[in-house]
Formats: sequence, structure tokens, C-alpha cells
Amino acid sequence: MLRYAALKTGRALFVVWAAFTLTFVLLFVLPANPEDLLFDPAELNTIPPEVREQVAANYGFDEPVLVQYFERLGRALAGDFGNSVQSGKPVTEAVLGVLPNTLLLSAGALALAALIAYGIALTATSTRRPWLRNLVESLPSAAVSVPVFLSGILLLQVFAFKLGWFPAFGSDGPASLVLPLVTLAVPVSGPIAQLLVRRFTAELESGYVTTSRAKGATREQIVTGDVFRNASLPALTITGITFGNLIAGSVITETVFAREGVGRLTQTAINTLDVPLVQGIVVLVAASFAFINLAVDLVYPLLDPRLRATLALEAR
Amino acid sequence: MTDPLLRLRNLTVEYRAGRRWTPAVRDASLHVEPGEFVSLVGESGSGKTTLVQAALGLLPPAARQSSGTVQYSDVDVTGWSDRRMALVRGNYVGFIPQDPNTSLNPVKKIGQQVIEAVKFNETKRRDAAAWRDAALESLRTAGLADAERVFAQYPHELSGGMKQRALIAIALAGKPKLILADEPTSALDVTVQRRILDHLASLREELGIGILLVTHDLGVALDRSDRIAVMQGGLIVEEGPTARIIEDAADPYTRRLLDAAPSRHTGRLEPATGTRPEDDSIVLRAKGIAKTYRLRGRGRRELRALDGVDLAVRRGTTHAIVGESGAGKSTLARILVGFDAPDRTPEPGTVHLGDRELTGLGHKALREVRRDLQFVFQNPFTSLDPRFTVERIIAEPLRALQIPGDRRARVVQLLEAVALDESHLGRLPAELSGGQRQRVAIARALAPNPDVLVLDEAVSALDVSVQAQILRLLVDLQGEFGLAYVFVTHDLGVVRLIADDVTVMREGAVVESGPAAAVLAAPEADYTRELLAAVPGTRPATVR
Repeated sequence: MLRYAALKTGRALFVVWAAFTLTFVLLFVLPANPEDLLFDPAELNTIPPEVREQVAANYGFDEPVLVQYFERLGRALAGDFGNSVQSGKPVTEAVLGVLPNTLLLSAGALALAALIAYGIALTATSTRRPWLRNLVESLPSAAVSVPVFLSGILLLQVFAFKLGWFPAFGSDGPASLVLPLVTLAVPVSGPIAQLLVRRFTAELESGYVTTSRAKGATREQIVTGDVFRNASLPALTITGITFGNLIAGSVITETVFAREGVGRLTQTAINTLDVPLVQGIVVLVAASFAFINLAVDLVYPLLDPRLRATLALEAR
Repeated sequence: MTDPLLRLRNLTVEYRAGRRWTPAVRDASLHVEPGEFVSLVGESGSGKTTLVQAALGLLPPAARQSSGTVQYSDVDVTGWSDRRMALVRGNYVGFIPQDPNTSLNPVKKIGQQVIEAVKFNETKRRDAAAWRDAALESLRTAGLADAERVFAQYPHELSGGMKQRALIAIALAGKPKLILADEPTSALDVTVQRRILDHLASLREELGIGILLVTHDLGVALDRSDRIAVMQGGLIVEEGPTARIIEDAADPYTRRLLDAAPSRHTGRLEPATGTRPEDDSIVLRAKGIAKTYRLRGRGRRELRALDGVDLAVRRGTTHAIVGESGAGKSTLARILVGFDAPDRTPEPGTVHLGDRELTGLGHKALREVRRDLQFVFQNPFTSLDPRFTVERIIAEPLRALQIPGDRRARVVQLLEAVALDESHLGRLPAELSGGQRQRVAIARALAPNPDVLVLDEAVSALDVSVQAQILRLLVDLQGEFGLAYVFVTHDLGVVRLIADDVTVMREGAVVESGPAAAVLAAPEADYTRELLAAVPGTRPATVR
């Protein structure tokens, strides 16, 4: 068990390190003159060489690449990704300032997506009307195929402008969270729902369900007592992976709804070619992604005794 | 007179196939009295499982009960809703399912699963300790002496036989008056099967419950039943006391089943044509075969699948390898044909085909050897490529081994050898029955004209009557072509029919080896005696 945990933690650390190294190569090594990225492209030709050299020295671009790499890695380990080029504030501060907003949005969206997915799966497997089942089963693919920007704008039109139930923009108060949450949750719920419907159907046909029914359990007792947990296990894995989609999705959602958050920060950072900020965001997002998946991996053996047994056997 | 525990009257169950309904059970009537052991015998597709499902109200959504009644004691439950039937199930009628390996919830402890079965069928509220005691008692009644330990274990920590006992405990937990068992032992070894069935029979005597046993194995039914009902194509074709069925079966199908049961025969089958050679030369010889599997993980744990096994197969004869699961017989078969390599240490095991050594040969050289040494797999449903036609399947070894000649003519010749014909050439495996598929698999193995055929449980997946046909075919082919067979099986009844020599294996080692007639008549090892006693269908002949 300890070995398993160490292995999974090591893998998570590797992902974060790889994200750091990859962004370093992309942002600092591949461009011929990385300091060019620090200036406004329109003014690039008017800047005197001395200034450029001084800026390069400030950022350490005059040193060998390897030295730069280890210096940055060392500082990143201490939580320092340098200063944002645009605002001059430390990158860590800028990201951590908006991270709670995005985490709230993503976690909320994930919870809502899970709710929708379970709703679909339970309706589809418990209904006795074929037409309802077919209708409900077609919802996941419909949910995936509507792009976030479209559904976002649609929701805005109806609920913010026409009906005026929720504020259209901003990030103050719980009411402002509702529309972005729905926008983000719907496409993410699709794959989870699809998997759950399949798992619920398969589990309901398995042998132990027959045993339970022969015991005298009613259908509801079987779904809550046997099938729910077993069908949810594979969904847990896909939920962890989905979290990455959520962060990607938040870029669009936060832009459409003009919310403060990592997504918006990313968009600004890329638009203004704020290299240290981009790297900081990528590494932090990779870290949170790795952390969520690590948590899923570590929770799995607690839920599935079979996996626990395999691990115990390997450790012996 | 009191009502029987279960009475089915003129039951008809239909399955939806496209827009039409096709009957799976037709006009079936059956009853089980208190304390009675009734067996329902039939081959796959005869509708016996559907009948049990209908009795329990557990028909799948694609099926409907179109006529007839189901009555438990004096209560007619025909047309009851699922919710009402839930009150009957577990409480009045217990059910033991077919496959113990999939019939327990893998993520719940056994104890929890038994407690549920107690709870669902108890009207009074009791405290946790009382539930626990009731569940433990149920486990003990099911024959699990170490009930406390099993209570705290997960299904994957138990053997198949123990899982089946846990399922019996679940069926008993609601204190039912009647138990329906659907092939409860067909996934288990014979010796375990015998113990489980004996236990069921004893429960009937101790608790006075009625038992309806569904089985494909007439031998199993003959050993223990008070009454037997035989089902074919959805109809109950014969029904009566066991003794009458044995002595005077009225229906031709029942008589055919009786004839097909391996235990009903005393001697080896003789080929229809050709003579068996009086040649004692050894065609396949294995010496000192050991096989160790290394298990994954740090501890370097090892599993010894085979430990110093010797085997000699005489030309033109059948050598049967018998044993229960885990005996290492399939591993041995795979090593004989070079699918797996035996251990090189401490001493290298060797396999010789004639005077050629197989062990240590490369892929190319092995390919040459395969002209003379072919393999038939256990399951004809998975061993044939579903997208190949019969012609292509049989011609494949001819192509792979680059055997010259008119391939189509050869394929037709092979089809005729296995009692199929030209009309099967263009068919896909899905269009064939299980027996036909195994014939195709045998034809494929015969294609390169081998000396030796290794058959790994080649008839185990087939119904008894089909099994009898395939065995007959194998014996005839042996007479015609002078083939030698290595016949791997768990079924001693089959050994009696086909084997000249037999090797009994247990846990990777040879227990006993010698001429089949001698070993079966006067076994030396205790284990062989135990196996022989467990063969179903042997008792009525001696008892009655």
C-alpha cells in the first residue's frame, strides 16, 4: 500500500516537473531572443540595443540555458515564478489571488456535472418506458456537442437579459456563479453520464444483482445498496481526468461571463505575452490536476477491496 | 391433502425476437412437494433457466409470461408486481445461482451480504448483534464451519466452493420453505460439486425444505432426486420418479440423454472402421517437466504449476490427463505443443515428438513440428475467428504451413471426415451450433495430417448429447487415421469412454498413471478413488 502511494505520488510530481520543463523549453529556449517577448511587438524595433541587453541581464537571459533552467527550477520549488511582465507583481501572488475563484467554479461545476450525470443514469436505468430511456440516453452526446461559448451566450440571453434572474457579469456573490456553473457543467457531464449509464446497465445485469433480488431486495434497495457504488468506481477515474477539461473550459467561461479567475488570467497573459505568468499558470494548473488525480488514485483502494488485495499481494 | 410448495400450471414464456414473440417455455407444468428433491434436466436452450426465472418473477425485460399460473402453497402469484414478489423471494423461496464467481457483490464482505438476506425477510426489528448471529448461523448451516472468518472476508478471498456455500447461506437466510438451484455446481470441480450437492440433499432432510435443482447433467439428477423432469425445446417431455426414469424412460429424448451420459457406459468406445494398431512405440514423450510462474511484486513469490511430470503417449492411442482446476493439466498440454516452455532449471524438462526434441526449438522449427502435432482448444465459441468462413478457418493451417495441393478439395475432405459437408464451406462460426464449431476446430487441427492431437477440455463446453457425438467422432477418426490423442479433461466419466492410458494429476504432480481400464477399476491412489466417487450418475447403479 505504501509502495503504491509512493509510486502514485512520484508520478504526480513527475507530471508537474514535466510541465515546468516543457514550458521552460517552449517559452525560454525556443524563441531566438526570449527578451523580445517582453516588449510590445509594435515597439520592438524602436528599442535601443542597450536597453534590450539590460533587460536580458535582468531576467538572466545572458547566462547559459542550463544555468537558467536550474535557477528557475530552484526558485519555482520555493514558490517563486518571477514577476509578471505586465503588472510587475509576483506571478505566484497573481495566480493565487484568482485561484480560489476558479477552484470554486470548477469544483462547483464538477459537483453539478456529477449530479446531472447521476440523474441521467438513474432515470435511464430505472424507467420502464423505452421512449423515456432513449430520450435520456441521448442527452449526454447532446451535452457534449454544444460548445461552451454558445451555451454560455444562450444562457446569458435568456436568464440574464430576458428574465433578469441572474447577473450577467462579474464575480460577486453566489448569484453570479449560477450561470457560469451551468455553462461549464453541462458539457463535462456528458462523458460521465455516458459512462454511468453503461456501468449501471452492466451492473444491473450482473450475477450478484440476481442474487440480491432473490434475497428479496426491491429494485430501489439494489440500486442504492449494490449497484450505485460498483457503477461509480470507473466514473471516479474519468472524473479526475475531467477536472483538466474544467480548467480548460474555465478560460472560455470566465471570458464570456467576465469573471475573475485563472482562465481569464491565462487569456490576458497569453494576449500580452507575459511569459513568466504563463509558465506560472501552466505549472500551477498542472499541479492541481496532478493533485486531484493523485487523490482519486489514493481513494480507489479504499473503495475497492479487490484492488486493496492486489496491492497487499504485491507488497508482500 | 396440502398444496405443493410450488406448482406451475401450463406455463408459457415467450421472448421478443424483433417484432415476433418466440416461446422459450411451452405449456410446462411442474410441482415440488415439501421435503422433495426434484431435478429439472435439459440441455442448453431447453428453457429450464427461463422456467426458474418465471417462477421467481425474475424474467428479463425481453420476456413475458403469456399464459399459465405460478402458485406457492395456496397463493397464486401469477402477475404479481415486482414489489410484491420481493416479499415472496428470499422469504418463501430461496435461489442458488449458477456461477458463484459472479454472483456475490465483489466490494462487500460476505457477512454483510448474508445479513442483508436476513434483514430483507424479517418483519421484527432487531439489534446488530442479533442480525450477526442469524447470519453466522446461516453460514454454518450452509456447511461453512469457520463461519466467523468467512463472515469478515470478501468474495475474492474465497474459493469457488466456499462462495457457493456462502450463496447457499444467503438462500437459507430468509428461512425459505423451497429452494430453487440453477446449475449450482456446473462451475465447480467434481469433488466440490459432490460435497455441495450432498449438503443440499442433507438440508432437505434436516430442514424439510423442498428443492428444485436445474441441471444439464442427468448423472447429477439421477444421484439425488426423488423425481426428475426432462425438458427439451421448451417442453417438459418426461416427468416421473427417478427409478422409473432409469428403468423405463418413455420419451426417446430421455433415453438418448441416458445413453449419452458418460457414466452409463462401462467400456471404451470402439471405432466404426479401421483397427487400432498393436504398436507400442512412443510417439510423444515428456520427461521431467516443471513450470514455475513468477508472480509480480517485490517478494519474488513463485507458483509451481508443474513439478517433475513425465508422460508417454503411445502411437495411435488416447492418453487422458485428468485432474481438477489447478492441477496443472492445461499448462502441461501447452508445454507439450510448445506454446509454453518448461523450466530449464534445476534440470531441463524435455518433450520429444518421435525422435525430434521440441523443447528449445525456435519459431521456425516449431512450425515444422506443428505439421505433426496439433491442438484443439476448450471453447469452440472463442477459438474460431468470428469473421472467417469455415473454409478459411480449416484452410488456414494449410496456408500457414505451406502444404501444397488443392486446398478446397482438402477442406471438403476434412469436413466430410468430421461429418459435415460442402454446404458448410461458406458459413461463419456464428451460424454454427457448439457441436458443429468443435467439429470445425477438429477439422482444422486435422488439416496438416498430424500424428498427435492435443485436446484441452475439448468437450467440456458442450451439451452431453453433443459431447457423446464428438467423442464418437474422435474415436472413429483415431481408427481411420491412426491418430494419437492427448486428452485433457476434468471428467473421469469421459476418460472411461475414450482413454487407453490415463494420468491423474493434482497440484502440479502426477498422482497415478497407467492403463485406463486398470486405473479406473482398481485405483491405487486415494485421490483417484475420491475423483471416481465424485463422478455424477454412478450411485443409482450401485444403490438401487
